Amino acid sequence: MRASLRRLLRKIGEINQRYREPRIRMSPGVKAALMFLRVYLLFLVCLMAYKFVLLLS
Amino acid sequence: MNFFSKLYYKLRKIWKAIRLYLIIAGPGIVVMVADNDAGGITTYAATGAKYGYHLIWFLLLLVPVAYYVQEMTVRLGAVTKRGHAEAIFDGFGAFWGWFSLLDLMLVDWLTLVTEFIGMTAALSIFGVAPWLTVTGVVLLMAIIVLNGRYWTWEKIALLFCALNLIYIPGAFMIHPSLANIVKDGLIPNFTGGFNAQLFFFLMANIGTTIAPWMLFFQQSAVVDKGMQEKDIPWGKFDTLLGSALTIVVAIFIVIVVGTTLHGVDIDSAGQAAEHLMRTDRYIGTFMAIGLFDAGLLGAICISLASSWAFGEIFGWAHSLNQNIKQAPWFYASYFFTLITAGLVVLIPGAPLVLITLFVQVVAVTLLPAALVFLILLLNDRHTMGDYCNGVWQNLIGGFIVVVIVLLSSLYGISVMFPNLFR
Repeated sequence: MRASLRRLLRKIGEINQRYREPRIRMSPGVKAALMFLRVYLLFLVCLMAYKFVLLLS
Repeated sequence: MNFFSKLYYKLRKIWKAIRLYLIIAGPGIVVMVADNDAGGITTYAATGAKYGYHLIWFLLLLVPVAYYVQEMTVRLGAVTKRGHAEAIFDGFGAFWGWFSLLDLMLVDWLTLVTEFIGMTAALSIFGVAPWLTVTGVVLLMAIIVLNGRYWTWEKIALLFCALNLIYIPGAFMIHPSLANIVKDGLIPNFTGGFNAQLFFFLMANIGTTIAPWMLFFQQSAVVDKGMQEKDIPWGKFDTLLGSALTIVVAIFIVIVVGTTLHGVDIDSAGQAAEHLMRTDRYIGTFMAIGLFDAGLLGAICISLASSWAFGEIFGWAHSLNQNIKQAPWFYASYFFTLITAGLVVLIPGAPLVLITLFVQVVAVTLLPAALVFLILLLNDRHTMGDYCNGVWQNLIGGFIVVVIVLLSSLYGISVMFPNLFR
């Protein structure tokens, strides 16, 4: 079990290493799109957290 | 003589084209028809019950929407020979890659639960116990994938796609008024005015037309099928045919329910089938069979979308052309998702309604990202070469993506806060 977990973690490390640098050229348009996605996801996470708090209260 | 020889060669050319298409056909039709899954059938049934034929024109507008988004996955898959998950990892790095992969896994698993809810509801109308439905479906899906050939899997899936057309004879059996369908359904109108409830239904219909798993599934299927750049025109045609087919089926569901249950409050397709069973046994049976088939088709595609994505990233063998010994992890993840989702439905008192609503919310976190990545990847001239998006493709695709992101987000938010738009 522990060996399998270690193998999995090593594999994840390899994947992170392999895809460390984005291959797409980071033009201003691409940067803006990725920034929009970050803000959008943050907004959704905040909404979900708010809903969760509402449900608990 | 000259006329007959010309006719002969023309017919031979057409026959050759049809044969070629039949070889290429598959991913586009399967993904599009599977889009009419248990959740989709519920949305269309509720739309028909609430608005009758009045939103048929809106459904017709969704044909190009579905086509333009999905045809991009055909080009991306055929040119890069990579699935969507791998393309995101490669193009945007590990952070966005892991986000997409884990979110896809969650959305797919939750959607799979809703497919099982639909299938058990459909067969319970015939007195089949839920445990028997779940066991039967898992066994059936094991038989479908374990034959070790993509071709066989695809043809079986196409057979289930054909069964999805059951709503068409169902609609003819109830003799709807063609004049009313044309008058109410084909002329754009907002019956009862453009209010919050109508907006909710429009958002729900758009939300069911494009789901995140569809992008991942079709691109991986194109790769697994081994489609090349030269096959792209046929792949696009396949997608167009599938888009038209899925909307035709949706329209016939609206006609069936709109004719027989207009004004009745419908919360699920299973409930619609039960109502129909009371008014007309045959139509009710058709509705239940259609719902089961929709759930099964959705389950077939969704479980594969996750397994393909995991295989691509972890470097496991991940093709339906490989048997269980050659691709053990691919099949293990496939059965793990399938069996756990099926078991959830069997848990007494499981929060199934909450799960059904939660799917819409989680899907909203993945869909915009997957669509934005799709457009950006299609603009990478270095990889896509001649198949890169042109100005018009970007304008149309960009517009559709903005509308989908906006409406599906509002839909997800309205699911979380039901009183916001009412």
